[in-house]
Amino acid sequence: MNDRIRPGPDAVVNESGIEVKPLYGAADVAASGGLDMVGQPGDYPYTRGIHPMMYRKRPWTMRQYTGFGNAADTNRRFKYLIANGQTGLNVAFDLPTQIGLDSDDPLAEGEVGRVGMAVDTLADFETAFEGIDLDAITVSLTVNGAAAILIAMYLAMAERRGYDVRKLRGTAQNDILKEFIGRGTWVFPVEPSVRLVGDTIEYCARHAPKYTPVSVCGYHIRESGATPAQEMAFAFCIAKAYADETIRRGLEIDEFAGRLSYNFNVFGNIFEQVAKFRAGRSLWAKIVKEHYGATDPQSMWLRMIAGGGGGGLTFEQPELNIVRGAYYALIAALSGAQTMALCCYDEAYTIPSEYAQRISLRTMQLLIEEMGLTDTVDPLGGSWYVETLTNQMRAKMEEVMADVEARGGIVKLVAEGAIQAQVSAQAYAMQRAIEEGRFPKVGVNRHRIDEEAPHVEFHPYREEDARAQIAGLDAVRAKRDAARARQALAQVRVDAQAGANVMPAIVEAVKAYASVGEITRELVGVYGRYREPIRF
Amino acid sequence: MSGKRIKVVLAKPGLDGHDQGAKVVARALMDAGFEVIYTGLRQTPEQVARIALDEDADVIALSSMAGAHLPFCRKLQPLLERNGLADKLWMIGGNIPRQDHDALRALGFAGVFPTGAKLAEIVDYIRENAA
Repeated sequence: MNDRIRPGPDAVVNESGIEVKPLYGAADVAASGGLDMVGQPGDYPYTRGIHPMMYRKRPWTMRQYTGFGNAADTNRRFKYLIANGQTGLNVAFDLPTQIGLDSDDPLAEGEVGRVGMAVDTLADFETAFEGIDLDAITVSLTVNGAAAILIAMYLAMAERRGYDVRKLRGTAQNDILKEFIGRGTWVFPVEPSVRLVGDTIEYCARHAPKYTPVSVCGYHIRESGATPAQEMAFAFCIAKAYADETIRRGLEIDEFAGRLSYNFNVFGNIFEQVAKFRAGRSLWAKIVKEHYGATDPQSMWLRMIAGGGGGGLTFEQPELNIVRGAYYALIAALSGAQTMALCCYDEAYTIPSEYAQRISLRTMQLLIEEMGLTDTVDPLGGSWYVETLTNQMRAKMEEVMADVEARGGIVKLVAEGAIQAQVSAQAYAMQRAIEEGRFPKVGVNRHRIDEEAPHVEFHPYREEDARAQIAGLDAVRAKRDAARARQALAQVRVDAQAGANVMPAIVEAVKAYASVGEITRELVGVYGRYREPIRF
Repeated sequence: MSGKRIKVVLAKPGLDGHDQGAKVVARALMDAGFEVIYTGLRQTPEQVARIALDEDADVIALSSMAGAHLPFCRKLQPLLERNGLADKLWMIGGNIPRQDHDALRALGFAGVFPTGAKLAEIVDYIRENAA
């Protein structure tokens, strides 16, 4: 259904399957649907941006994905990035934390602190954010399977430090449906997982109304093999599933939609990408207004982090990834992203070094401070090519969304493994196209060099850090009020069994220094564990 | 070989959730005519050894992207040997830094296919080396 490959010397087709012409004019714009969906920046349907002045008023937030070892290691890297001008934090957790295992769990052996920061209890969060002003720097938690627990931990940590949780800003990724498609940090079966997301949205709407409890991710679906149009369409289907779950609980769309956000990928064709974001902004606004009947403009805003995607970077000639990252940042800036992060040039090899992180950060600073990217809103708006492509990308996304609906809806298709099989077949086709040279990739299938000696500094993994993390967990367990922790954990199970919102009980358990693994065990006892459908 | 189809158990070891590569390789091996048992995510060393034994696999292949390949393979090696699978072809691919290749080969993972390896190389290697 998707011809992602150039069909012949005369035709050019982009990854989303749209044929690209050698020249565009006003007639092409008209034939693709005209300019009805363009509007003005800050006005419905927000094609040109969600704010009237966009970066003129405030440049995008720079939020590199960071975390490794223990909380103290990560706190030092956070402070390094802030000292270098970073304006937001994006926390990477290790795999045991992400899937709800304590550092002393036998399954966690060899993985503690490896791909992110290890977190067992509130004590780790207290260390990780020590000395960081949570009003000045917003924090994004990249966690999904264990998101409810870590959101609770973040709110509890902030409250303990004297912040008013009702005014606290921040974001959790907390998009479990995409974890079943790509990334894989699921814990519970699909349906209770979606309910748990509903619990966090409902809880935040009532208790932490400035906090963004979900960042719906097209990013990882794209990495798993989706086209740019599918990336956005699948993400919108997923966001609708969470919205439906929340509305089912009696909340109005305008009570929570303004606190949903998105995470999208940036790699590939510059114009297809910019059109994707412009089209997606207006399509989401239309869905929220027309399908859900929202009246608050903020509910209709597609707020997003655009990430310079790992899927576009290469192992070969890794220094070229610095250049690719600069183009990805340019795309994100031309697309009106609220927040930006770039995969570092060394990420096909290792946890990024300070040096690599600084290059990514400086790349974004260059665009803001030297290149004029913040002067004018939606600078590509009005280009015949970009406006035509924006209309065509929107139509493609609507087509994909209609197809998902016709096949039974996103929750069903994910539970069956159908979306997984679809994107994985596309990933295979793309890999073959790259290996056969039909899809150009510089350094990979052209302009190769035989003997590579890349300048990469490998991040060390220290077993003793894992042992120290476990000793720290033991110390917290010995020191905490055991009866209070036990009681709080029992309440988590009682509430889960009753089908009540489990967030209040999780917040209490976290404050009693119950661990991520202990709380997850209570939930697994009620919800069970996900079993992955293997389908090709 | 006598015409028996080569059977590959392809596993995702440990907690790593990055399965795009494993699924791409699985499809390539199927297209090459091999029988492929893909385990899915979160396999323990015990599970990998058990599946390889139960399935009577000719090839035991791991796909690791999140850096835990060495501790995992150190645990898997004695289990495979104890189960009489030492004569099978052991392979590993994914994000495997060059400095770890010798240690993996010393453990018995003869085929190491890091990022950048081509599907055809993996297929050819199995054809030439799987008994």
